[in-house]
Amino acid sequence: MARVEFLGPIGRDSEEISVNTLAQLKEHFKDDEKLSRWLEICSVAINDRLVSSLDTPIKEGDKISLLPPVCGG
Amino acid sequence: MLELHHGPLHVEEILNRWYNQYRDQNCGAFVTFVGIVRDEDGIEGLSFDVYEPILKSWFDAWQERAKQRDAHLVMAHSMGDVPNHTSSYISGVISPKRRAGLELLDVFVEDFKAKAPIWKYDLINGKRVYAKERSTALPGAGILGGN
Repeated sequence: MARVEFLGPIGRDSEEISVNTLAQLKEHFKDDEKLSRWLEICSVAINDRLVSSLDTPIKEGDKISLLPPVCGG
Repeated sequence: MLELHHGPLHVEEILNRWYNQYRDQNCGAFVTFVGIVRDEDGIEGLSFDVYEPILKSWFDAWQERAKQRDAHLVMAHSMGDVPNHTSSYISGVISPKRRAGLELLDVFVEDFKAKAPIWKYDLINGKRVYAKERSTALPGAGILGGN
């Protein structure tokens, strides 16, 4: 299982999900309409490193973070 | 040095502390930027969420870049609520000479705005409203979206 965290304004508790790739995670969330609006604009980090490929593998115990657009300062 | 503080920053304490900490290193320039919350559009202030692990690795990468120019970066940011006319963000560069310091601070602050994992909310009638229109998508945004 990997843990998915929804950061900042997404406002959702973290979840444990069983997937092997980011593509599978995308598939897992595809029917979640409310989350879909966030997914259009969020970036993804695995173990605190931003990733850019849906082929990225997800291993047991990985932390997956969804990061909405930012505005520090 | 990266500092996170709950609420508005104590600007005088932070700047004085940094000045006293670095003044003896024989660097000729200490360049700073202090961000102050503006009273506009009826807000009472701003509020911030910070994702510390990625902020720290972002800052550490910048500190390495600064080191290559014999410079040192300092930064403080607020977590939570920051009222109008108080400060939420201070950053600075200690550098041997002023030109390098001024240039480094410019690029550092611009990259901070684009990349730091910090989310801003307007405080309106005591509630947090995500400042979506003023926010910038991070690299790889939308990877899980669409078809």
